[in-house]
Amino acid sequence: MADLKISKLDKFYGSVHAVRGVDLEIPAGEFTVLVGQSGCGKSTLLRTIAGLEDISSGTIEIAGEVVNDLAPKDRDIAMVFQNYALYPYMKVYDNIAFGLRARKTPRDEIEEKVQRAAKMLAIDHLLDRYPRQLSGGQLQRVAIGRAVVRNARLYLFDEPLSNLDAQLRDEMRGEIKRLHQELGKTMIYVTHDQIEAMTMADRIVLLRDGRIEQAGAPLDLYERPATRYVAGFLGSPSMNFIPAILTSMDNGLAVRFSDGNLLALPADRTEGVTAYRDKGITLGVRPEHISRASDNAVRPGVVNLEVTIDLVQPTGSRTYATFLLGGVETVAELKSHDVSAPGQSVNLAFDMNRIVLIDPDSEKVM
Amino acid sequence: MKLARRRSLRQGLRFIAACLLTVMFLFPIYWLFMISFKTADEIFAYPPVWWPESIQFGNYLVLFKDGDAATVGNSLIVAGVSTIIAMVLGTICAYSLARYKTGGEHLANWIISQRMVPPIAVVFPIFLLYVWFGWVDTYFGLILLYTAFNLPYVIWMMRGYILDIPIALEQAALVDGYTRWQVLWKVVFPMCRAGLFATAIFTFVFAWNDFIFALVLTRTEVATYTVQVTHYFGGQSGFWAKISAMSVLGTLPIFIVVAFMQKYLVRGISLGAVKG
Repeated sequence: MADLKISKLDKFYGSVHAVRGVDLEIPAGEFTVLVGQSGCGKSTLLRTIAGLEDISSGTIEIAGEVVNDLAPKDRDIAMVFQNYALYPYMKVYDNIAFGLRARKTPRDEIEEKVQRAAKMLAIDHLLDRYPRQLSGGQLQRVAIGRAVVRNARLYLFDEPLSNLDAQLRDEMRGEIKRLHQELGKTMIYVTHDQIEAMTMADRIVLLRDGRIEQAGAPLDLYERPATRYVAGFLGSPSMNFIPAILTSMDNGLAVRFSDGNLLALPADRTEGVTAYRDKGITLGVRPEHISRASDNAVRPGVVNLEVTIDLVQPTGSRTYATFLLGGVETVAELKSHDVSAPGQSVNLAFDMNRIVLIDPDSEKVM
Repeated sequence: MKLARRRSLRQGLRFIAACLLTVMFLFPIYWLFMISFKTADEIFAYPPVWWPESIQFGNYLVLFKDGDAATVGNSLIVAGVSTIIAMVLGTICAYSLARYKTGGEHLANWIISQRMVPPIAVVFPIFLLYVWFGWVDTYFGLILLYTAFNLPYVIWMMRGYILDIPIALEQAALVDGYTRWQVLWKVVFPMCRAGLFATAIFTFVFAWNDFIFALVLTRTEVATYTVQVTHYFGGQSGFWAKISAMSVLGTLPIFIVVAFMQKYLVRGISLGAVKG
């Protein structure tokens, strides 16, 4: 059964239409990530679920019960906020126990639950401190601890890691995911960071302008994006988009760029796109699907092309090489020593099995 | 070397200026206290007596024996009760303005504008009204007036302090199972404690120091100490012993309050300053 069901949800702020007719079902125990650029309505959506914002129309059901008019405290939810929202005048222990006290939990039960949550999050030595004495990572653990002790039906996270530095963020990401595995609770997590979304989610809900652009398992969205926006949003460095024309070549199809270069499509990728023959399309190719061509091994669907590299960015494990293709700066993710300097001419292999073809008018993937 | 000398010179000048200012502010207080301990001869002695022969409390004893000191009690009751009422009502109103945007963006400005009315402009209409209602020379009348006069100030100040509280703190409590009233009590009040104290002190001081309303709206029953002091000024001469002793009695409560609450007072004022 769905733990959370949202139907035709709309939210207006004055004349601003922040959430536009969202339908969403979240099964029990799933880790769902709402992701999108700032202003896409993801936080607003989360806050309407929490009851911190009224909704303009539609329904929100939690565990089969419509909660539109229920106060936040009656929705059986726990929430972790971006700025931790810890009470500076309370010790860590009291901060964690705060929600339990609201529900008149017996004293020894509070003690036991707080201790257990603190151990789980490795903050049991900090219980006597005040929030101002803790580091950012510790503060975030306390904030999570406060939600965890609650044993709520639904856990909401509103960009909880965005105030942490990069290294700590990586660490906490893993911890929150592990927490989800241990507790098995339904969690909804809001972030603008596509890496957080990819690594943590059972299911990603990608929002754009208050609408759901696409929802599904992370790798589904990554490999089979429905629109150009989804394709460009997920992945780092992001997908290359190169305008081209679909033309006939031999017995099949190929894409022709404005600079005359031709890339042949594999036979199984021509299905459903023949209607676009001789028309403008956009080719989407991920940087990791362009590699240095090896002399001998010829793989089906992989096409070689000679290009001149004009920018080299080594990251250690990989090297990003930028070159001009069809008038567009295109990035290839190569092995560390595949290219050495700009100006170098190299033979690159395009894995045409993995490309996407996009209708430039509707921006939908064919 | 030159820079260091210039810096120490500037430091020295600053120190002297600070000392001069302190003396300037403290001298009247010192003089007030001294007179209250002096005998009649010493008060009018020339050259002035800087330190009385013996500290004697005769001037105070007279005030208590005649019942004049009861006016300080009246001041305490009137200022204390009106402060409590204004703080409770004002803070709730301020919360509503800050968090529910009650009355739109500009209601708060309109409310504070009420505080800018000069008392002298309204005191006579109020007097006529009070005569009509039979509220002249009653605790109720004065408390009502001071509460009404202080409410805009309390609302304005507390609204600022409440706006400074991160709203997520309140939302976290709401999600955690608390009602709005509990949030007010468990989150909002502790978060703006310094502001609450500072505002309460200023509110109390306004009612405590008020003269014009107390003069017009009281006779004998609930006359406050500020009114009582004026009774000692005669046509020919003033009863300086009584004036000074009464003034000391009137200063002490504020002295004590501020001494104990200094921490909150400074923090409360600077809280507002940061916001501007």
